[in-house]
Amino acid sequence: MQTLSMGIDIGSVATKGVLLNQDHEILDKVLLPTGWSPKKTGEAVYRLILEKKRLMADSTLDPRSSMNPRVVVTGYGRVVTDFATKAVTEITCHGKGAQILHPKTRTVIDIGGQDSKVIHLSEKGKVLDFLMNDKCAAGTGRFMEVMSTSLGVEVGELSALAEGYKARKINNMCTVFAESEVISLLAEGAAKGEIARGIINSTAQKAAVMLKRMGIQEEVFLTGGVSQSPLFRKALEEELNISVYFRQEAQFVGALGAAAIGLDIKG
Amino acid sequence: MRPSLMKQVEELRGVNSVKIKEASEQGKKVVGTYCVFSPHEIAMAADAIPVTLCGTKEEPIAAAEEKLPRNLCPLIKSSYGFAVTDTCPYFYFSDVLLAETTCDGKKKMYELMGEIKPMHVMNLPQQGEGEENLKFWETEMKRFKSFLEESFDRKITDEDLKAAIKLGNRERQVMKDLHELNRVKPAPLSGKDMMMAQWLKGFNVDKEAGIHLIEDLITETRDMIKEGKSPYTTETPRILLTGVPIGAGSEKVLEILEESGASVVALENCTGYKGLDRMIDEEKEPMKAISEKYLSTPCSCMTPNNSRLDLLSRLAKDYQVDGVVDLTWQACHTYNIESYQVGKFVKEELKMPFIQIETDYSNSDRGQIKVRVEAFLEQIQGEY
Repeated sequence: MQTLSMGIDIGSVATKGVLLNQDHEILDKVLLPTGWSPKKTGEAVYRLILEKKRLMADSTLDPRSSMNPRVVVTGYGRVVTDFATKAVTEITCHGKGAQILHPKTRTVIDIGGQDSKVIHLSEKGKVLDFLMNDKCAAGTGRFMEVMSTSLGVEVGELSALAEGYKARKINNMCTVFAESEVISLLAEGAAKGEIARGIINSTAQKAAVMLKRMGIQEEVFLTGGVSQSPLFRKALEEELNISVYFRQEAQFVGALGAAAIGLDIKG
Repeated sequence: MRPSLMKQVEELRGVNSVKIKEASEQGKKVVGTYCVFSPHEIAMAADAIPVTLCGTKEEPIAAAEEKLPRNLCPLIKSSYGFAVTDTCPYFYFSDVLLAETTCDGKKKMYELMGEIKPMHVMNLPQQGEGEENLKFWETEMKRFKSFLEESFDRKITDEDLKAAIKLGNRERQVMKDLHELNRVKPAPLSGKDMMMAQWLKGFNVDKEAGIHLIEDLITETRDMIKEGKSPYTTETPRILLTGVPIGAGSEKVLEILEESGASVVALENCTGYKGLDRMIDEEKEPMKAISEKYLSTPCSCMTPNNSRLDLLSRLAKDYQVDGVVDLTWQACHTYNIESYQVGKFVKEELKMPFIQIETDYSNSDRGQIKVRVEAFLEQIQGEY
C-alpha cells in the first residue's frame, strides 16, 4: 500500500486540507471556512478527506491506525487538534509547499487572513530567513475584509467591484482609521469601485514594503487567500516592478507543504 | 536538572526587600538606579547601598499612562509607574535617585520622576569613543561624587573608591563566571535561571552574601557539568539573546524560546552579560578607571555602537551559538533601528540565523511570538 500524507492548514479565515502520495501528487484538496472553532473545523476537514477517499479504517481519529495517513497540522490552529502526527509552523510549510509547486521559488509572500509573511528559500526549499507582520491587521486579508464590509460586499467580490475603476487612494494603514476614511470617501460621493481599487492597492503597497525590507530574490511566489484577487496580483507586480508567480492552488501551499513534511517523517 | 541553590537565588527577591527596609531603618543611605551606566561603586564608596529600581512589570503601566504617552517603551512606563504608585520597596527606601541621559524617552521621563524624589542626572555623552568624551564623562562622574558627598554629608576618599572598586569587580567577576558556565554544551543552566540570577544581583543589599551565594551556585553547577547533567541535549538549539534588558515580569520571549525547545545560553543585554564583560582597572586612578569602564558599555543609545557587534561576535563563538534573537521593546527607537544593523551583521558576518522580536510587557501577542520562535527554531534545525 502506498504511503499517504495529509496536511491541514488551519488559518484564521479558511482551513485547507491536502492529501498527497509519495510522488507529491495531490489526490484531494478541501477548503472550509474556519469559523469560530479551529479545532472542529480542522477535524471536519480531516474527516471529509478520509471519507471521500474511503481511508477511514474505523470511526476513530487515530492517526496511528494503519489505514489512516499521517497528518501534519499547521496554521494558527496547529496546536488545538488531537489527531495530528506533528505540528509544524506555517512558515516552514509554506516554504516546502512553494518549492514543490514551483521549484524556482526563492521568495514566498503569503497574505493570509490575519498575518502576512515573507520567506526566503534556498534552492532546496529550506527557510533561510523570514519576516512576519506585526500584531496589526494592516496589509492582511482582514484589512480587505473589514473594508469590503464597509462597502457592503463580500471580500471575494472586491476584485470584481474594482475592475475598470481608477483607484481612490486610501491613506490609513490602520484598519480602524481606514474604515472611517472609506466612509468619508463614500460620503464625498466616490464610486465604490474606485474605493475598492484603492483598498486593493493599499494592501499591495504594504506587502511590497515588507518584501523590499527582506530583499527580493526571484522568483517570487504569491500565496494565501488574498492571492485569489487578480487585481491584487496586478497591483503587487506594479509596486515591485517584477512578475510574481501565482497558481490557482496558491491558497493550499501551506497545507501542501505540511503534507509533504508528513511524507518525510520517518516511521 | 536544576541546581538546588536556584531556590535560594529566587528567594533573594523577598530577602532583599526585607534587608533594604532594615538597612534604611538603621540609617544606611540608599541610592536608587535604573541603568547599567550607573556607577554603583561611587555610591558604595559613600557607604551607601546602590540598588536597581523596579521597571520590569506590566502592572503599574496603566498608572504611568496618566502622564506619559501610550506609545512609549514599556520599560520607561513601568519604571515611572512603579515610582508614581509607590509600589517598589527599593524606590520607597531610596534616599536619592541616580539617572543618566541615555535615550530620549528615559531622560524626559526622569524630569517627571525628579518631582517625586531627589534625583541626580548624569549627562552621558552620545559617543562612547574618543578622549574628549571620556574626559567629559569623568567630570560628570566627579559631579555625581560631589552630589553624594553633599547629600550624605561625607567625604569620599580615594581609599573608599578603591575598596568599592574591588568589591564591585569581585561581584562582576563572579556573575561573569556564572554566565560563562553556559559555554558548555549542553548548557547546565536554563536561560531563565541565568537571567533570574543575573537580574537579582541588582537588588543585592548585602554584596558579600550575594557573592557567596553565587560562588556556591557555581560550585554546584560545576558538579552538574562533571556528572553530565543538563536540562538540554547536545541537539538543543543554542540561542544568544540580545537587545533590551529583561527581568521578572518581562521575560516573555525568553520563556517562549525555552518552552519551544531552545536553550538560551547567552544574554548579551544589560541585565545579562553587557555590564560584566569589562572590569574596572584597579591599577588606575579610581575616578578615571570608573569612567572608562562605564563609558565602554555597548548601549544602543551610543552612536555608533560598533562594540555591540564585537561583543556579539565573541559571545556567538564562545557559546557555540546556533542563532541570535534580538528582543526590542515597542517604541524603543534606538534598539529598533539598530536591529537592522545587528541583523545584517549576524546574517552576513556571523552567517547565522537571526530574528528580531518587537513586543511589550503584555501577553496579548504570545501566540504570534510563538509562531515566529517555532519557525525560527525549525529554520535552525533545518529538518524539513
